[in-house]
Amino acid sequence: MSNPPHYYFCRGRPVVANVFDRLRSLVLSVFLIGALALPAFAGAFEDAIAKFANDEFSDTEEAIGTVATSGNPLAFAIISALGDGRLSADPDTKKVFITQEDGNVIDAATGAAVDKLPDNAVAVRLNNRLRRTVEAALGGLTLLSPDPNKRIAAAQSVFKTHDETMLPVIDGALAKETNKGAKLAFTEARAAILLFKADATDAEKLEAIATIKARGDQEALALLTGLTGEQPPAIARAAASATSAIQSNLALWSTAQNAWYGLSLGSVLLLAAIGLAITFGVMGVINMAHGEMVMLGAYTTFVVQEIIRTRYPGLFDYSLLIAVPLAFLVAGAIGVVIERTIIRFLYGRPLETLLATWGLSLVLQQAVRTAFGPTNREVGNPSWMSGAFELGQITITYNRLWILCFTLAVFAILLAMLRYTALGLEMRAVTQNRRMAASMGIATSRVDALTFGLGSGIAGIAGVALSQIDNVSPNLGQSYIIDSFMVVVFGGVGNLWGTLVGAFTLGIANKFLEPVAGAVLGKIAILVLIILFIQKRPRGLFALKGRAVEA
Amino acid sequence: MPHLLTRSLDRGATIFLIVVAACGVLIPLSNLLLPAGSLLQVPTYLVALFGKYACYAVLALSIDLIWGYCGILSLGHGAFFALGGYAMGMYLMRQIGSRGVYGNPLLPDFMVFLNYPKLPWYWHGFDMFAFAALMVILVPGLLAFCFGWLAFRSRVTGVYLSIITQAMTYALLLAFFRNDFGFGGNNGLTDFKDILGFNVQADGTRAALFALSCLTLMIAFLICRTVVTSKLGKVLIAVRDAESRTRFLGYRVESYKLFVFTLSACMAGVAGALYVPQVGIINPSEFAPGNSIEAVIWVAVGGRGTLIGAALGAVVVNYAKTYFTSGPLAPYWLFMLGAMFILVTLLLPKGIVGTFNAWWGPWKARRSTLNAASAAAEDGVSEPHMAE
Repeated sequence: MSNPPHYYFCRGRPVVANVFDRLRSLVLSVFLIGALALPAFAGAFEDAIAKFANDEFSDTEEAIGTVATSGNPLAFAIISALGDGRLSADPDTKKVFITQEDGNVIDAATGAAVDKLPDNAVAVRLNNRLRRTVEAALGGLTLLSPDPNKRIAAAQSVFKTHDETMLPVIDGALAKETNKGAKLAFTEARAAILLFKADATDAEKLEAIATIKARGDQEALALLTGLTGEQPPAIARAAASATSAIQSNLALWSTAQNAWYGLSLGSVLLLAAIGLAITFGVMGVINMAHGEMVMLGAYTTFVVQEIIRTRYPGLFDYSLLIAVPLAFLVAGAIGVVIERTIIRFLYGRPLETLLATWGLSLVLQQAVRTAFGPTNREVGNPSWMSGAFELGQITITYNRLWILCFTLAVFAILLAMLRYTALGLEMRAVTQNRRMAASMGIATSRVDALTFGLGSGIAGIAGVALSQIDNVSPNLGQSYIIDSFMVVVFGGVGNLWGTLVGAFTLGIANKFLEPVAGAVLGKIAILVLIILFIQKRPRGLFALKGRAVEA
Repeated sequence: MPHLLTRSLDRGATIFLIVVAACGVLIPLSNLLLPAGSLLQVPTYLVALFGKYACYAVLALSIDLIWGYCGILSLGHGAFFALGGYAMGMYLMRQIGSRGVYGNPLLPDFMVFLNYPKLPWYWHGFDMFAFAALMVILVPGLLAFCFGWLAFRSRVTGVYLSIITQAMTYALLLAFFRNDFGFGGNNGLTDFKDILGFNVQADGTRAALFALSCLTLMIAFLICRTVVTSKLGKVLIAVRDAESRTRFLGYRVESYKLFVFTLSACMAGVAGALYVPQVGIINPSEFAPGNSIEAVIWVAVGGRGTLIGAALGAVVVNYAKTYFTSGPLAPYWLFMLGAMFILVTLLLPKGIVGTFNAWWGPWKARRSTLNAASAAAEDGVSEPHMAE
């Protein structure tokens, strides 16, 4: 609407307006049926156009009716131009013009381009009553729009309003419809109308209920629960059973949606915790600077994207592929340096390690803050990670899906590395019995440095992925550190599978608690549950057994 | 009891108590009696600042008691501090009465703002100072008792305990940030008017609060000294050094730990309660895990397991923080703090006081033997022949 205040002003008398709307759309649908039934005859269309130039509201209304039902390809353009105040008429020549949205002018009757509006052309005026007529005409016209998506949208809105007067239009449109999606939408809209139509037969109503039940979403439920008043027992029963079927269906979908959110959160937790599972879980080093390794990975992504933006814009879609190995190297190298200069001196003193690495995290944060500034930095999504798709009634965004796949891939690679490579073998040997491993000729201190570097490097990789869904700021790491420790401790120290199970359990539990308790209370509940859980199983879900544990 | 007290007072402890007492008397006197602008007059803002340090010192003592003597590294002691602070803050809020912005005689401003129909049940009683003072000790004590009872009984030790204490304070942080939790949400409690009828902003009240903080520091120190020099203290040290062995010897390790943990939480609560009227605000950021870890570093810098060191560390680190964050060096403060964490753990594991003792102790011993030898030589008495 070009002039909303007038429009809203009408709402002052809703009841009258409603009755009036009904009548108006009834008249209009009769016209529309005419349009479907008979081929449009040329003269009537031109005559109607000329009526716009009379500057009489009654003539304009008549003209709208005729144009809307004419089936003329210009009809939609004319009516929408009228609604927007872009339709002008020359009272002398009775010619009518459309000023298109790009400023070009065309003749409304022929569609031919016109150089400029005649000097004495004036905009066709509307009053509030006519505005509603225009709106209804546009609604009817979109039901017959050549674009199937527009037809579907129009049918959906009819489904919601189940306006009886639209039934003939829908019936007509349904008969001609060839597009599968639009056909379904029309059938559903028809069912919605029939359900509420007073004089529909019981058989029709039962069929309508079946159709609505098959649709099975929130709107279908709203429609069925809106069915009140005296209904024959068969209809009422069918409606009730359809309602409960839809409800259980919806409950199922919402469970699925929560499960997906949970999996998604779990993958983020796993990604953040997986590096810690190496440094804390395998080596026993309490690395409070772990979150900062994640942050460094995210900033590596930022730098890579920045270089690509300024030098090689064509490579932007590959930025993450370049960032992953770089982030691993940057964070891994810093990890090795930290191990060599600080952590090496603190083995066997876990509480001191905790304090020193906490100090380190402060230094790293402040260093990044000094170098890149304290504000969030912009990291973009490559095209293949943007957007979303619908699966049934749940929406899945591509970036979350990719992160889930990426996390599982990292996890699998890490497991394979520990299982099948020489370094993995040495790491496991040093973890299980350091002195024995040393006696076998393993350079334990070199293995320590590499293990710590591996854990840090994986944290860096996590940073690349998390930069896609979180703000890249110096505080990025801090928000993950407590969660990561919870995951590792919950899953059981020294057990990568425990970390996997722990991350997904916590993620899913969190998302299922959220709708019940709210986001913050849900999180608090999870923290309290973990605290209680640790009382019960101090060594986590999958505790290592044997002598190595007490060491 | 008297012999317990005298045993707890060695020379260092006595000096410490005298120094704190002198500060507690002289600084308020200088602030109140000397004319403003005089060289020796301590300005009021410094009195409030020193009062804050004294509260931090009490918090550091409480951490040293459990970490230094019992090996329990709590990364959530800030939670007990903040809970004590909130209990005091609730009393101070109730004292505002109808002088708030909205002028409601019963509801604090934030409740009027958030459309609370009536005072939540847990706010009742806080208009009485005695009740609030009891809650300052009881609430942190009760939380610590429940938490410790669960944790120590199931033998959650070391790093695991540290991590779950951190989770505890984090959960409380999230809870207190919520507006409908009834503690002022994000903004916390502030805009205090008076305490026990005295204006909190007045110089006299600030001086009295400072003196009270020093007194509390002395009492807390005496309690800690009494605990660690008693037989109980020896068991605590045994638990710290070899927990399983102590258990095998027949001691109920978890009872000892639970006692000292609860005591420590109560002390932290009192520290928080004294802190709030002096800084004039309490908000959920006091629960931030970072704050608790920072408090641990005060103890580490001063010297773990020395008590005096804990108090000294709190003052030294916080003075450095004030100095650096108020000057042009402000952006480098976190570098400093971080470096302090790293360097102290790597190079000065015993802290300032511990290192001093390690150097001073042997030197003193050598000097006293030398003195004894020279005195003996002057007396013309030869050294006793122990070998015979």
